[in-house]
Amino acid sequence: MILQVEGLRKRFGRRIAVDAISFDVDAGEVVGLLGPNGAGKTTTMRMIAGYFEPDEGSVKVFGIDVARDRVRAAARIGYLPEGNPLYEEMTPLAFLRFVAEARGVEPKNVRGPVMRAAQAANIGAALTKPIDTLSKGFRRRVGLAAALVHDPMLLVLDEPTDGLDPNQRQAVRVLIGELARERAILISTHSLEEVSAICTRAILIDRGRVVADDTPEALANRYPDGLEGAFRALTKGEAA
Amino acid sequence: MLAYATTPTAYVFVAVLVAALGMFTFQAGRFFELGRADLSAFFAFHPWLFMIFMPAIAMRLWAEEARSGALETLLTLPMPTWALVAGKFLAAWAVAALALALTFPLWITVNILGHPDNAAIAAGYFVSLLMAGGYLAIGSAMSAVSASQVVALVLAVAVAFVFTAAGTPLVLNFVNGWAGAQTASMIADLSALNHFEGAARGVVEIRSLFYFLTLIAMFLSFTALAVEARREG
Repeated sequence: MILQVEGLRKRFGRRIAVDAISFDVDAGEVVGLLGPNGAGKTTTMRMIAGYFEPDEGSVKVFGIDVARDRVRAAARIGYLPEGNPLYEEMTPLAFLRFVAEARGVEPKNVRGPVMRAAQAANIGAALTKPIDTLSKGFRRRVGLAAALVHDPMLLVLDEPTDGLDPNQRQAVRVLIGELARERAILISTHSLEEVSAICTRAILIDRGRVVADDTPEALANRYPDGLEGAFRALTKGEAA
Repeated sequence: MLAYATTPTAYVFVAVLVAALGMFTFQAGRFFELGRADLSAFFAFHPWLFMIFMPAIAMRLWAEEARSGALETLLTLPMPTWALVAGKFLAAWAVAALALALTFPLWITVNILGHPDNAAIAAGYFVSLLMAGGYLAIGSAMSAVSASQVVALVLAVAVAFVFTAAGTPLVLNFVNGWAGAQTASMIADLSALNHFEGAARGVVEIRSLFYFLTLIAMFLSFTALAVEARREG
């Protein structure tokens, strides 16, 4: 098993953001974390990536506990954070080189991985332009390339198609499908269409709890309005 | 380091700091009127100028990352927090070293005008660089506790001012009269001004080296704790 999440809990002050969430993701799976705003998707992903420390529970990547050995676990994760923060003054080429080297790629060998990630994310045309001059779609793909540059076996992508036009969305979905053959991929999304299109499993989260964990088809078949019906029936709307 | 190299901010700071050091040396320090072949007029203003300029160099180290969200990218890299803190600090220290290196013409000038003690001047530069590290570490720590560069700058200058002004006669005379000579001596020992005084004359004291290294270690540790605290969410 590539990713094991067990009893994950996170509290911000008196509010419980993530409440005893457990799930696994293995190679070949594209798992979609689905839920309304404030449901706990991003907080869960941040704990998996090692940005937040869980109050309780554990995240294991290839059996490595993220809280106990964050550095070793992080080396195996490709992470696209929410909002896609980038170093605006850098060019994508410099940014990818920086991320690749920080992720352990030898400086003398960095060109190959950088060019492969740039090609996979289709950002070749913008490699030497400052990031702050790029469109939202290009910037999103720079973030995706940074998540791929060290060829990780686990990809954690927080809203990977946010800000992309339909053509770019389709290209990213195809890319995720190709990457999933050998890897475990966890994505968060608001888009039911995206879950149907690329996810092999959907985990529905509401107010920090898992309320459904099944294939998109099985979930859709249980409700008259399909996946949208499942979403409406199982979630209570945006959390405070 | 790349962030400093790719933005004009560092170059502006370096240029302004070098200009300020030159101006203070020649105008306020009366370099030529003193008629001495040394750089004491140059070194005399380092604590006061560094107190402002080093926090300005360090203010974006963490605050800008927190504001832009890039801190999440940074803290999810497979690197221990101490390595990130040390890396950013060394990048800022390299900028400070560049500024000091660009004052090299002054050293050449005193050699043309007379026969200075070059070992004493080298010692002054060495301790000045250490002192710059101390003020940068303060700047780094204050940058780590704020998401605003301006707030980080104000906090850092305030803390740096305490570590500088504590050694002034005004403060020490006040403390002496109020709490006694022993307390005044303790306060003086906490001041960068006091520890740099000897170096400005070319005397390197072990206790002063220890002081600046401790200042760096203490505030970098504080930086690491503040950065780690962000993992609490």
